[in-house]
Formats: sequence, C-alpha cells, structure tokens
Amino acid sequence: MGVDLLVLAFERPAIDWHAFAPELVLLSVGSLVTLLDIVFLEKARPYTAVVAGLGLLATAVPLLTLALDGTDRVLFGGAYVVDEFALVMKVVFVLAGYVVILLSTNYVAEGDYWENEYYGLLLAAVMGMVMMASSRDLISLFVALELLSIPAYLMVAWRKSDLRSNEAGLKYYLMGVFASAVMLYGMSLLFGIAGSTLLSDINTAVVAGGASVSVVTLGIVFVVAGFGFKVSAVPFHTWAPDVYEGAPTPVTAFLSVASKAAGFVALLALVFVGFYGRPEVWEPLVWILAALSMTVGNLIALRQTNIVRLMAYSGVAQTGFMIAPLAVAGHSTAVGDQALSATVTYLVIYAAMNLGAFAVIISLARKTGSAEISSFAGAFRYAPALTVAMTVFMGSLAGIPPLGGWFAKFEVFRVLTTAGDPWGYALAVVAAVNAAVALYYYASILLRMWADDVPDGDVGAVPITPSLASALAICGVVTLLFGVVPQTVARFTHVSLLALGG
Amino acid sequence: MFLNQFLLLSAALFAIGVYGVLARRNGVLVLMSIELILNAVNINLVAFAAFGNSLAGEVFTLFVIAIAAAEVGVGLAMVLLLYRNARNIDLSRIDLMRG
Repeated sequence: MGVDLLVLAFERPAIDWHAFAPELVLLSVGSLVTLLDIVFLEKARPYTAVVAGLGLLATAVPLLTLALDGTDRVLFGGAYVVDEFALVMKVVFVLAGYVVILLSTNYVAEGDYWENEYYGLLLAAVMGMVMMASSRDLISLFVALELLSIPAYLMVAWRKSDLRSNEAGLKYYLMGVFASAVMLYGMSLLFGIAGSTLLSDINTAVVAGGASVSVVTLGIVFVVAGFGFKVSAVPFHTWAPDVYEGAPTPVTAFLSVASKAAGFVALLALVFVGFYGRPEVWEPLVWILAALSMTVGNLIALRQTNIVRLMAYSGVAQTGFMIAPLAVAGHSTAVGDQALSATVTYLVIYAAMNLGAFAVIISLARKTGSAEISSFAGAFRYAPALTVAMTVFMGSLAGIPPLGGWFAKFEVFRVLTTAGDPWGYALAVVAAVNAAVALYYYASILLRMWADDVPDGDVGAVPITPSLASALAICGVVTLLFGVVPQTVARFTHVSLLALGG
Repeated sequence: MFLNQFLLLSAALFAIGVYGVLARRNGVLVLMSIELILNAVNINLVAFAAFGNSLAGEVFTLFVIAIAAAEVGVGLAMVLLLYRNARNIDLSRIDLMRG
C-alpha cells in the first residue's frame, strides 16, 4: 500500500474555504497581533487588545454568513463538519473570547507584565475552541484540544514573578498533559478497534461488537475521563480551585467558561457521533460523574471563604448539571436530541452568567484588593450597580426565575424526567437537592453584599472602565433574554447531532 | 510477529508512566513519565496501523510527536520558571493554595 501511494500523483482535496473562513480569520488576526508585538514592542501596547477584539468580532462575519447559508458542510472526508451545532458553539466561543478580552484589557498588565503576547495566546486558544466545535475525528479533536490547552497553560502562569501563578500554571500543565495523555491512550485503543480515526466509523465499530468489550470500554472510559478533566467533573476536578485562585482573574473567567465549554463540545461530539451506539458503557459513567460533580462541588463550595475558589466549586457543580442530560441520552434518538439541546442551552446560559459574575468580581476586587467574600460586604453602599448585576448573575446561577439559569435547569430536569428511566428520575432528585444547596451559598454572598456593613468603612465609588461595563452589558443581556423569552432564544440552541452521526 | 506483543509493550509503558506521574515528586521526572505514556500511545497507533493496513495511525503518531514536543517546551519553561522563583522543583513542596 505504501508503495502505491508513492506512485500515485498527489491530488489536493477540494477545500471549502467559506466553511473554513472563521478559523482563517482567527489565525491571521492572531498572527498579526503577535507580529505587532514583535515589531513594535512597547509601542504596540495600546493597539493589541483593540486589534484582537476587532479580530474576534470580524470572525463573527463569516460565522453569520455560514449561518444564513444554512447548509451543513463536510470537509476532509468527514473529519471536519460545519453544522448548526458547530456554528452555535463557535458563536459562543467567539463572544466569550471577546468578553474575556474586555475583562483582560489593562488587567493582565498590572504589576508590570508584558501584555501584548497575551492576546496572541488568547486568540490561539479561541481558535482551538472554534476548531473543536467542528471536529468529528480523533486527530482533529486532539489537535484542537492542544491548540486550546497549550496557550491556556501559559496564560495561567502569566504573572511570572508571582509564585502562586507559577504554582497554578505548573499544576494545570501537569494535570492537563497527564489527562490528555490518558485520553490519547484511549483514542489509540478506539483507533485500533475501528481502523479509522473518524468518529462515525468508530460508532460503526463499537456497535458491531466484533471487538472485545473490555477494549471498547477501556477506550471510551479513558477518552471520557480525559475530557472530564477539561470540564472539571468530579473526580477530575482537583486542579480547578488551585488554578482558578492562582491565575489572573480574567484567565480564570476564560478557563471556567470557554475552556469548559470546549471540553463539553468535544464530549458531546464523542458521545453523540462516536459512541452513541453503546450507551451501556457511557451512560453509567456519565451518571456517576454528574451525581458526584453536583454533590461534591456544592458541599465543598459551602465552606469556601474565597470567592474565586467558591466559583471554582460552583463551576464543578454546574458541570454536574450540564453533563446530567447525557446520562439518559442513549434512551432513544428523540431523548438524545433533547439531551443535546439541554446541554447546549445550559452551556450558552452558563457562559453568559459565569462571565458576568467574574466581571463583577474583577471590578470589585480592584477596590477591595482581595478575593475574600468578607471583603465584599456592604458593596451595595458604594457600588449599587455592580451589586445589582451580581444579584442577576448569582440568581441566575442559582436558577431563580426569570433569570436565564432557571430555563437551563428546567431543560435539564425535563430531559431527565421524559426519558422515563428510573436512573433518570434518581438523577433528577439528586439535581433538585443540589439546586437547593447551591441556592444557600449564592444567596449568602448576596446577603452580605446587600445588608452587611463595609468592613473598612471606605465607601468611595468603584470606577467601572468602559470595557468592563460593555462586558457586563453583554453578559447581562444574554442572561436576561434566556430567562424572559426562553422559547424565542432557545430556537438557536436546539440543535441535533444524531441525524448526522447516526 | 503478533499485534499482542506490541500492545503488551505499550500497556507496560503506559502503566510505568502512570506510576511515575503518581509517585514521583520531581517536576522533570513527572514530565518524563508523561512522555512514556505518549510513547505507549505511539506504539499502539503504529502497531494498529501496521496490522490494520491504514495510514491514519501513522499520521496520528506524527501529530502526537509534534504536539508533545511543543508541550514539553512549555512544560520545561514552566519548571524552570518555578525553579527561578522557588529554588526547588519538588512538587510536594509547592502548595501555597489549599482549601
């Protein structure tokens, strides 16, 4: 076979440039930012953030034209697919990236750190996420994952002379690389079974049942575990609190939203396109991950005094909610489609509310100089607008109507109960108990901000920069839209993968 | 030659690598253990590709090797950074954050 290949003339496969345009725009803007940094050094400083932000907005243009066009595009023999699901997630990633740039402007440079490269890295990571949304092949999933992860490791360790940032970076790096190595081992086993790296071929092979059950199980478990790390599901969550605390806060916001969403996108593609025919392997696994993440995340969050660590554990608990619909997704194709829609809807709402909460934390921590919850006491006295915003985001995270979070939780409960499976009902009960527990700690933060006295008595106003204000506005509007007119907005997040992978 | 021989070799390498990651406390040794796991992956991929008559495995291996090189570059830079600031790369001694 090898010899034949040499004889054959190389023929370039047809490339659909339109389908690939968002990635190309990100690539060229990312390179442009890096070039600006190298050529103009300090002089480029005022412009890099602007160029990166405009670049992300420009990426939205081809995304929009692709959405208007509406046809599913299949590239590279099925390894790369631009469909509704991919487009929705790409828009989320690009918007989340834009909000992170708004949050980062000036912030990452504080303490005399070089700011310019940061935006190049951020754009590379966003490109990784955008690619992840389209990947339907082991190789492209792996490359997208690493394109996202490697810049993220560097961004976590951004404060080079701060030991906490170094520690966070190294921990994230070692655990991340370990997780992706284990995941790769699982991928190699799956490749062995299927003889192909395409997820649809893997589905055919795992359904056929010719391969040994233990190899299929091992492969699926390892791959799910690798992405379980990325989405910080218990028991793969141990990195999250330390990394969130040590990293610069905008990077934490990025990790907790964008990189988690990217992990979910990969998990969804794998489960729905790659493993859908073998639910008896992944359903129990997902059930355990979901129940553990919700329970452990919430219980540990209850006793946190640092708000960033609290957000880390709350993020772990939210992961449990997002992954829960997958535990019944194999029941039937209809339930599978609903489960996918529920998870995607939750991801979109979660991205908005969590980024918003981080925007408030960043603004307030500027004044208080601390991330301890006690230092935020009495924030209503000096920052009423921020306190109201925090109420919206925290209320949404807790799932109080009419904020976006309730609709996200509603969708999850609906899927868990419509499947008519005892395990689904059991998980719904676990989720309901956890939603109540979570309400307690979200509400106690709000109570302190509204009712307590300011600890140091300083009630000088908190300056809100225009970029932070726009970040808050974007997140607030999305959170409220999903809560007030859910059916209108949810049309965009009700997507399907099964028709394609089936 | 049987496929099993390669798979056993790679499983052994994988196990050694996982043991190293969990048991070693030195940053560089942990990195080396991770490399062992990645090499186990490569052996698996190439063996499957050779016995299954598919080129995808070899291509995947090339990607793994290239990306692992980039990863190690970042990892060593980070270990070096930590050494500069803390004068030590013992992972059990860097625990500023807990809770």
